[in-house]
Amino acid sequence: MSVPGPDLIYGVAGLGMFGLGLHHAMTAAAPLRRVLALKICAIGASFLLIVAAWRVAPGAIDAVPHALVITGIVVMVSAMAVALALIRRIRALQDGEDTQPGHTQAGDTQPGHTRNREGRQ
Amino acid sequence: MSGIDPMLPFDVALALALVALSWAVLAAADRFAMVVLFIVLGLMVALAWVRLGAPDVALAEAAIGAGVTGALLLATLRHLRGPEAAPAPGPVRWSVAALVAGVTVALGAVVVAVATAPRPEGLAGPVRDNLPASGVEHAVTAVLLNFRAHDTLMEVVVLLIAVIVVWAVDRGLAAAHDPAAGPEADGLGPVQAGYARLALPAAVVLGIYLLWAGAHAPGGAFQAGAVLSAVGIMAVLAGRWRPEAHHRAWARAVFGLGAAVFVLVALGVGLGPGVAYEYPPHLAKPLILAIEAAVTLSIAATLAALFFGREPAPVSRSRGRRP
Repeated sequence: MSVPGPDLIYGVAGLGMFGLGLHHAMTAAAPLRRVLALKICAIGASFLLIVAAWRVAPGAIDAVPHALVITGIVVMVSAMAVALALIRRIRALQDGEDTQPGHTQAGDTQPGHTRNREGRQ
Repeated sequence: MSGIDPMLPFDVALALALVALSWAVLAAADRFAMVVLFIVLGLMVALAWVRLGAPDVALAEAAIGAGVTGALLLATLRHLRGPEAAPAPGPVRWSVAALVAGVTVALGAVVVAVATAPRPEGLAGPVRDNLPASGVEHAVTAVLLNFRAHDTLMEVVVLLIAVIVVWAVDRGLAAAHDPAAGPEADGLGPVQAGYARLALPAAVVLGIYLLWAGAHAPGGAFQAGAVLSAVGIMAVLAGRWRPEAHHRAWARAVFGLGAAVFVLVALGVGLGPGVAYEYPPHLAKPLILAIEAAVTLSIAATLAALFFGREPAPVSRSRGRRP
């Protein structure tokens, strides 16, 4: 093969996204940044599946990896929604704005614990 | 491959843009810029998947991965103020970078091997051979709703679990942050209302079309559900409709509808002549369309509810519990 096809080009791009996402997911401290890094890592992994399903002839493209990636996209948005809800709630607890601080938190006896600025998003 | 593909410069430029945008998202100093760049990245990814012959995945990524996810991120941004936590210290970053580089290079060898070697046919042949018995003419829909229906049922259940968890977790948020509080609270005005009047009917038609088209062309329940969820989000943001506490019972019923219809059809087929999920060919198309219609409604309601976050009720029963 003298000229790289779309599979090789986008395969390398997906690989780059996977590596970038994985690196930031492991090193970023801000939760929102970490969640986005995981999503980019997941997109990179999806690229590998779609590239593996690609064929030069349009009729020979494998539909099963496509269905798997669609499933992955829907599962990812579910996981993302839960992660974002946790980020919102943690932030509300840190800011002392939560309406249900819970039983073990005892925010009124240890205000410094819930208002700890070090763990901020 | 003989000759040079005229799309080659486009592919190279798009691939470079994908990596550059990913880097820009992760390096953006401002959270709002980060989210906007991420939405742009999602649309570019959809474009790349069209180039790789995966229009269904491209539709799902544009509607769910970029659209709904972007809306979720923007709704969360309003809760986040102030400086971010600093990233991990240098030595940790460098050792992680070395680890990630190793994993990526190993995967890269696999990618190059896959892209340059002659390909095995994979599952394309079996899917093509069994397509006439699946009840639909579009391979991806046949895989999702028939050949691998159990996976898809589990996916619908994951969405259901997500909305249960989000409603439980968001219960502690103050009502002031509620994006469903209506246009007055959000400062939205007549522009949104006018846009909604024009766009909502078109989006409803588009969603139903995507659902119907899934039987023979790219489209299907997930893409249609995402478009219809955008209708719900827009209707609330424009003040056309407001979720109230007494809607919760209906909302719960719609969240569970897709999984319930899916399970009932599987059980009905399993108790009758065949095995669960093996629809009889002459009934396959109506059964698949019934499942898809129910799943579309559930996905639309669930994704919209995930955007609103907090369930539509003032949670006051625990407020008086503590002094």
